[in-house]
Amino acid sequence: MPVAARARWVLAAATSVVLVATGCSSGGGGSSSPDASKTFSYQSSEPQNPLQPANANEVGGGRIIQNLFKGLVDYDPSTAKIRMQVADKIDTSDSQTFNVTLKDGWKFHDGTPVHAKNFVDSWNWSATTSNNQINSSWFSDIEGYKDVHPASGQPTATKMSGLTVVDDLHFTVKLANRVSYFEYKLGYIAFSPLPDAFFNDPAGYGQKPVGNGPYQFVSWTHNTQVVTKAFADYQGVDKPKNGGIVFKMYTTSEAAYADLQSSNLDVMDQVPPSALATYKSDLGDRAIDAPQGAIQNIGFTLYQADWASPDKAKVRQGLSMAIDRDTITKTVLQGSRKPATAWVAEGVEGYKSGACGDFCTFDPAKAKQLITEGGGVPGNKLTITYNADGGHKEWVDAVCNSIRQNTGVDCLGDPKPDFKTARAAITGHQVNGAFRTGWVQDYPLNANFLSDVYRTGAASNDFGYSSPQFDQAATKADEASSVADTVAGYQQAEAVLPSGMPAIPLWYYRTNSGYSSKVQNVAFDSFGNPAWTQVEVKG
Amino acid sequence: MGSYVLRRVLQMIPVFFGTTLLIFLMVYTLPGDPVTALFGEKAADPAVVASIKHQYYLDQPVWKQYLHYMGNLFQGDFGTSFTGRPVSDIMANAFPVTIRLALLAFVFELVLGLALGLVSGLRRGSIQDTLVLVLTLVVISIPVFVLAYIAQTIFATNLGWVTPTVQDSRDLSQLILPAIVLGSLSLAYVARLTRTSIGENLRADYIRTAVAKGLPRRTIVSRHLLRNSLIPVVTFLGTDLGALMGGAIVTEGIFNVQGVGNVLYRAINQKEGPTVVGIVTVLVIVYLVASLLVDLLYAVLDPRIRYA
Repeated sequence: MPVAARARWVLAAATSVVLVATGCSSGGGGSSSPDASKTFSYQSSEPQNPLQPANANEVGGGRIIQNLFKGLVDYDPSTAKIRMQVADKIDTSDSQTFNVTLKDGWKFHDGTPVHAKNFVDSWNWSATTSNNQINSSWFSDIEGYKDVHPASGQPTATKMSGLTVVDDLHFTVKLANRVSYFEYKLGYIAFSPLPDAFFNDPAGYGQKPVGNGPYQFVSWTHNTQVVTKAFADYQGVDKPKNGGIVFKMYTTSEAAYADLQSSNLDVMDQVPPSALATYKSDLGDRAIDAPQGAIQNIGFTLYQADWASPDKAKVRQGLSMAIDRDTITKTVLQGSRKPATAWVAEGVEGYKSGACGDFCTFDPAKAKQLITEGGGVPGNKLTITYNADGGHKEWVDAVCNSIRQNTGVDCLGDPKPDFKTARAAITGHQVNGAFRTGWVQDYPLNANFLSDVYRTGAASNDFGYSSPQFDQAATKADEASSVADTVAGYQQAEAVLPSGMPAIPLWYYRTNSGYSSKVQNVAFDSFGNPAWTQVEVKG
Repeated sequence: MGSYVLRRVLQMIPVFFGTTLLIFLMVYTLPGDPVTALFGEKAADPAVVASIKHQYYLDQPVWKQYLHYMGNLFQGDFGTSFTGRPVSDIMANAFPVTIRLALLAFVFELVLGLALGLVSGLRRGSIQDTLVLVLTLVVISIPVFVLAYIAQTIFATNLGWVTPTVQDSRDLSQLILPAIVLGSLSLAYVARLTRTSIGENLRADYIRTAVAKGLPRRTIVSRHLLRNSLIPVVTFLGTDLGALMGGAIVTEGIFNVQGVGNVLYRAINQKEGPTVVGIVTVLVIVYLVASLLVDLLYAVLDPRIRYA
């Protein structure tokens, strides 16, 4: 990734009980008995915000936070299924009021116990507008959120009425509406508990966090490294098998890769694009190629009159069929992506292969026919807006070539200098025709890929897409009585998308990474994070 | 002399105000909204955006922002970055690293550049001269990032003498390789400038006089020839010091040196006004001081130059 990498959403914690050992006997020394006291280093970037759980939404800070904190639940890195951590159980009878029971014995790194009030205080503080937390909208399901976080102006309360502490180990969460999969959201780092000491000096705390996670904070040398060590009193199911993690700051992935090859860095995030063709031969069985819960799409400006009429859906279906996903992922993207067949990424709970149907299959003849039937592309010319700092140029050009050659529609990329400029154009509805978009899972559930993106008026619905059928199906799914029913409900909602085609699914992201000869038992989860606590450092 | 220096220092004041204002306006006109960008691909929450903008004074018109910034600056407050770190802290971290790197590169280009230029200037047309000319031509024609990757591959990956990137940016010995790469281009210029200058002065009257007086060759070269030939070289070196400090972004990126270049690049990307203005202001002061020193050095080198 170039210096200005695409913004990625870091989410939940990564850790696991059982892992597929991807490379126990690595190249040189073979498998040796691991030393649980030794630390390993991980490629990182300087956090953009203070280290507060609800303020870390980029990889640099998010990765550190998810190791320092542990919430009620997290996701098993090998299966992406939800599992209980601080919570003993989370019960609900109506998908609206959740009774949370905590396990006894959890401690913060400063020795104070983790009690119900630590969660409630943390959530109240994080949700309040005046505390400027970037992830505050995560709490919007909870009743009383509008009081601490009105759409504009100052909050009228500091506590959400939906949160009630029963005793040290019990609290209840009442939501404003029924959300059957609410517990899935609880794995996000914003829902971490905070120790009492935090509230005395939140800013100072952001430089020196105290959490309850598998690792405790040791030091932060700005722009150089963040050092953590394993927390002896950690109560989670994923006890660290190593002595700690050193997050080393790199400004380019090229530099990190050079260090990885010479064992000056142990595990990295993504190999640089320049090494995609060679990293498997460079690293041998220490190379990693794992699926990620993230998708790349081309979105359309349905709010423009040219694209609004219902028959233009055919044009979008046709354009989708004119893109040769297989060839582009193999050649231009060098196998770092996998062609998409649905709007939900592979490996996510509720993923249904082929939801896009024939429309995601390459068929130039059918493509031309559909575009003609739909009255053609406005002006017979398509522009795809993207940010030039994220390594997107190559594939946008390839997609355009594919469309031009197979349909005769003129197609051009419209690069914006950087990510924030492109986002400003997209959210400000200043885009003409089509734009690059994508979604990285917040939690591995299909609802996240659908409800947050395609619902009428959803925060990330940049298309102006509005389908009563979809909204109806989504609302019904939200009100289901179990997660399994929700998942099925959202699969029905996803089935509405092919007919309107607000966005063309292109491909799923993959983790292309590797590790040094000093460590073993490295596996990546669908968030693109290694299973931190399971990494073994050779003795 | 004293009044000259005073005048020059006083001239720095309007330059200081002008540059801070210009840089401030430039950062302000960069496209995109920095606070919305903090939310990444997620939809930004308008209430939080407004609240953060208020915190960083970004909800005010640009002239008010500038006055606010300058007001704080005169109280020694460089502002705060989005990470919540004071900009003075960021600079206190980055500048020592960059100063080390720049000085190492500077010494390298000064010593080796002068030596090469002297050798080839004194022996024009010799094999040494041709060798220096070819070598410097090669260095000038290869972009610095290519040199950096070649050096990284040879000395780190193949020979294993050093680590591919700098593990501790404050360790001088680890900065040697990046410094050589960084200084190599200027080295070529210094060598060529010295060579030309020496070649011209060799034919000057005062050298003929010195030779006729029967002065030893060593004295002629060091006291008369080199001293008089240094003026163009010193002019170049003076401005180069500033360039080495602010312009090392590529080299710093490849060797992962956590210096000013990287911080500046990131700050511009994030449109972090206080950080950009703070760093650039310091760089401007470095330039101004360096050029003052160059002017004063002229008088030392050439006694005919007097400042009143």
